[in-house]
Amino acid sequence: MDQLFINLLNGLSSGLLLFMLSSGLTLIFSMMGVLNFAHASFYMVGAYVAYSLVGVVGFWPALLLAPLLVGLLGAGFERVALRRVHKFGHVPELLITFGLSYVILELVQLIWGRTAVPFTPPEALQGSAFTLITAPGQGMSFVLGKAAPELCTAALCSTFPMTRAFMMLVALLMLLGLWLLLTRTRVGLVIQAALTHPEMVEALGHNVPRVLMLVFGSGCALAALAGVIGGITFVTEPNMAIIVGSIIFVVVVVGGIGSLAGAFVGSLVIGLLQTLPLTVDASLASALTAMGMTVTPDTPGYPVLRLALKDVAQILPYLLMVLILIFRPKGLLGTRED
Amino acid sequence: MSQAKEFHFKPLNVGRWFIWGLFALMLFVAPRIWTSGLAQTMLTQMGIGIIACLAYNILLGQGGMLSFGHAIYSGMGAFLAIHALNMAGAGTLGLPVSLIPLVGGLAGLVFAALLGYVSTKKAGTPFAMITLGIGELVFALALMLPEFSGGEGGVSSNRVIGQAVLGITFGPQIQVYYLVAIYCFICTAAMFALTRTPLGRMLNAVRDNPERVEFVGYDTHWVRFMAFTISGFFAGIAGGLGAINTEIVNGEVMHASRSGAYLLFTFLGGATFFFGPIIGAVLMVICGVLLSELTKAWLLYLGLIFLFMVMYAPGGFASLILMNLRVAAFGKLSKLWTSYLALAGTALAALVGAATMIEMVYHRQLNEALGPELRFMGATLNSAGVDAWFGASFLVVVGVALFELVRRQYVHEWGEVQEDIEKEIKRREAL
Repeated sequence: MDQLFINLLNGLSSGLLLFMLSSGLTLIFSMMGVLNFAHASFYMVGAYVAYSLVGVVGFWPALLLAPLLVGLLGAGFERVALRRVHKFGHVPELLITFGLSYVILELVQLIWGRTAVPFTPPEALQGSAFTLITAPGQGMSFVLGKAAPELCTAALCSTFPMTRAFMMLVALLMLLGLWLLLTRTRVGLVIQAALTHPEMVEALGHNVPRVLMLVFGSGCALAALAGVIGGITFVTEPNMAIIVGSIIFVVVVVGGIGSLAGAFVGSLVIGLLQTLPLTVDASLASALTAMGMTVTPDTPGYPVLRLALKDVAQILPYLLMVLILIFRPKGLLGTRED
Repeated sequence: MSQAKEFHFKPLNVGRWFIWGLFALMLFVAPRIWTSGLAQTMLTQMGIGIIACLAYNILLGQGGMLSFGHAIYSGMGAFLAIHALNMAGAGTLGLPVSLIPLVGGLAGLVFAALLGYVSTKKAGTPFAMITLGIGELVFALALMLPEFSGGEGGVSSNRVIGQAVLGITFGPQIQVYYLVAIYCFICTAAMFALTRTPLGRMLNAVRDNPERVEFVGYDTHWVRFMAFTISGFFAGIAGGLGAINTEIVNGEVMHASRSGAYLLFTFLGGATFFFGPIIGAVLMVICGVLLSELTKAWLLYLGLIFLFMVMYAPGGFASLILMNLRVAAFGKLSKLWTSYLALAGTALAALVGAATMIEMVYHRQLNEALGPELRFMGATLNSAGVDAWFGASFLVVVGVALFELVRRQYVHEWGEVQEDIEKEIKRREAL
């Protein structure tokens, strides 16, 4: 029971991290029609830049500075390269971000090396956020921080790491901030208007290309913020972009392309789907056995039946995507039919 | 009533026969010109790459569909082909080695028909995301079934099976090359023929104006689906040939990086022209075999070239060649060649400077234990010293500045030449 609760929280925090990435992707896509293939690369750059900054200014300023720097890089890329190919159509726009992802990966390896860098969380974020103690016969109790070792000798302790709690906190704050920015401020109003009526907004005297540059830059900054947190929670290595890269596209397709709410729901669903099955040892073979059938290695399709749920957890999001495409092509909360 | 026989004027298309004849001749003599073992391996890979890139271009160039997961169809072709080869070797499948690639092609066709129905539901950006996801799905799934994919080690086989027919055992590389060459020629011809069929024309229409195609009464989803399955078939043939060539197939053939390579090189070659991917495939093998030997940073150079190509020449190398051929055909190339020389010289200077810096950084990253000295282009550089860095950055700055100056002059001249050509065309029309 306690393990299930911890798993649930792990899944939610992974989902919220995915949301930090997919929100920027969705924002850029719905504003500019550009699918930023290099989005996960900016996530990686965020982690590496923060790693380098930590040594100079400390963790907390780096948490703020790294996204700003990466946002500037993103805005610069939009200004120099993306805007130039905009007139060629959507496929070249996709291609140029695809090329960028190659270049960024190689540059990161050039600057920081091909192996993982030791990017550790600061003092305040090390250790566990809380501990669940299940003593036999006493039910469950809850201790903030790390439980005293004498408690854990007699009972079962499950801990939830501080970095994951921090991840959830930042993602929720970001969600709130994004919502306030888009719906309650003048800038948000212009962004929303530029989304649907770019010509009208331009006629009213707003610089729409600059708004787009701002949106692209902020999307990249959000990815970098996620990168800093992902970097301290997981491993900061050149592979980290590829690991999340294809998953965030799945999130966007499942949630509904171009829908921010859809991206939120999609992220949580995918996060849980990636995490929860990891502890389940059951397979189709064991399910059939439980239903009273005999399954032996000679049964047709045994190689598939044998696979345990925990082994196939990594492909479940992709399966969900295919199912969504067949039965609800516009995604869970999507509105676009095309 | 007898109908008068209509007269059709159909002259022999000399140009086309000449080009196809030349292509066949090149395929035939290439291994006789480059006879080393490495060259023959590379030529075989080029033949396979040509089929794969042309198949990919049915989607990218002719259908406007940007697929990020096309390697799964060539990969499935490779896996099924190697299993068929093993079965043929064991005597349970009566199929000669020369027909094994067709097994791969059928596998590609079947998987493309299965997965393509979902993939082609949407076009444009969603299509790209969906193919990426399905590519990951199939790749991960294949690795989970070691009975099928052989796990980490892959599936190996032996292509020398049964009795030799006319002395052909497919043991020597040269025999495999000619098998690949024959498949390459037939597939290229078939794919070119496809562009001339109503389906091929409809596919172009779906790329350019899907809404209008719907109004005319065609189902865009169906047209995309047909093109996708045909592309999968040819990709599968390429995979099957690859399986015969290497005699081992592992999960890498389905990896996303393979799909990325198809996309990258098809675009670099020129997606808007039929023959563009052929240039791309040749480049793919040269880069993968030779450039990767030369420098560890080759993907960085490749990525940068790709970025500049997307920005400045979206038609790839094929468009650059054709544009200059047009200039040459009007006899204006003599006006431009000095600019080309200057452009090449300044670009080379900047490139050498940048490459020196990149190589020095890589050297510091990877071979620090060997000391700060490295050999680059025949010179010994001290990657820890200031002078090498200063010299390289000086070269970059000067090269880039001069390049920009020459480029402005060149753009001006290019515009003038194009105007002259337009005038010349108008004048000829008026005659």
